[in-house]
Amino acid sequence: MSERSAISVSVLGAGATYSLRIAPELVASVREAAGFDLTGSINTAISTGAKIAARLGPDEWLLIGPDGQSNALSDEIGAALAGHFHSLVDVSHRNVGISVAGREASMVLNAGVPIDLGDAAFPAGSATRTVLGKAEIVLMRPDADRVYRVECWRSFAPYVRAFLEETAREFNSQ
Amino acid sequence: MLLITCPYCGARPEIEFRGGGEAHIARPSDPAAVDDQSWAEYLYYRSNPKGVHAERWLHVHGCGRWFNAVRNTVSDSFEQTYRMGEPRPDATKERR
Ligand SMILES: [Zn+2]
Repeated sequence: MSERSAISVSVLGAGATYSLRIAPELVASVREAAGFDLTGSINTAISTGAKIAARLGPDEWLLIGPDGQSNALSDEIGAALAGHFHSLVDVSHRNVGISVAGREASMVLNAGVPIDLGDAAFPAGSATRTVLGKAEIVLMRPDADRVYRVECWRSFAPYVRAFLEETAREFNSQ
Repeated sequence: MLLITCPYCGARPEIEFRGGGEAHIARPSDPAAVDDQSWAEYLYYRSNPKGVHAERWLHVHGCGRWFNAVRNTVSDSFEQTYRMGEPRPDATKERR
């Protein structure tokens, strides 16, 4: 049995999180709002400092910023998009972030995530909505490290966390 | 696992999708003007072929978009997917 490194599953702190819907042709002229880079293609995330802009669909972004800036950020984003038809919803209290880190983190995730998480199919900068077991999640891989971020709805969080911890035990017990 | 090619996301596992029934059924533009029989056919009557079938699908646990797919109802093979608003590909029309 080869030596395995530890997998850590940890609940991330609160963030200022938004769901942004806006037509792609409008975003082309805006490009950036309150430090969130909106130029990424579908199923990618762009990190700018502590801010993440994940494009989940042709006209949908999940924006995650630092906790405590919720009102200021929504004002700023709203100002940047003023005059462009859009919807911006504060979902900070809806979402929970969980970090899965370790050399075999993708294998732990793949116990419940049906998509290919190999480096070719899910490289650094990837982000997508998918499922983990019976729960819907958003999965992000900010950089080339084996650190993944799972975002799920609050009521699913105990299930998602328990699922990941249970799976990680297999990798941590050897 | 069966993979379905979302026109926006590419090949993805089937459990991220939901089926939405037959595609290319246009709602009568003036519902008050159609008779009961036409309205019932619009609401309830479907072609239900054994073979190639154009269907609506939703990538619900993905990009959240509706799209159309041509699927063979015998083999469950997805022959082609295309975006909403695009016409049904000609090559897939007549075979049953
Ligand atoms: Zn999709």
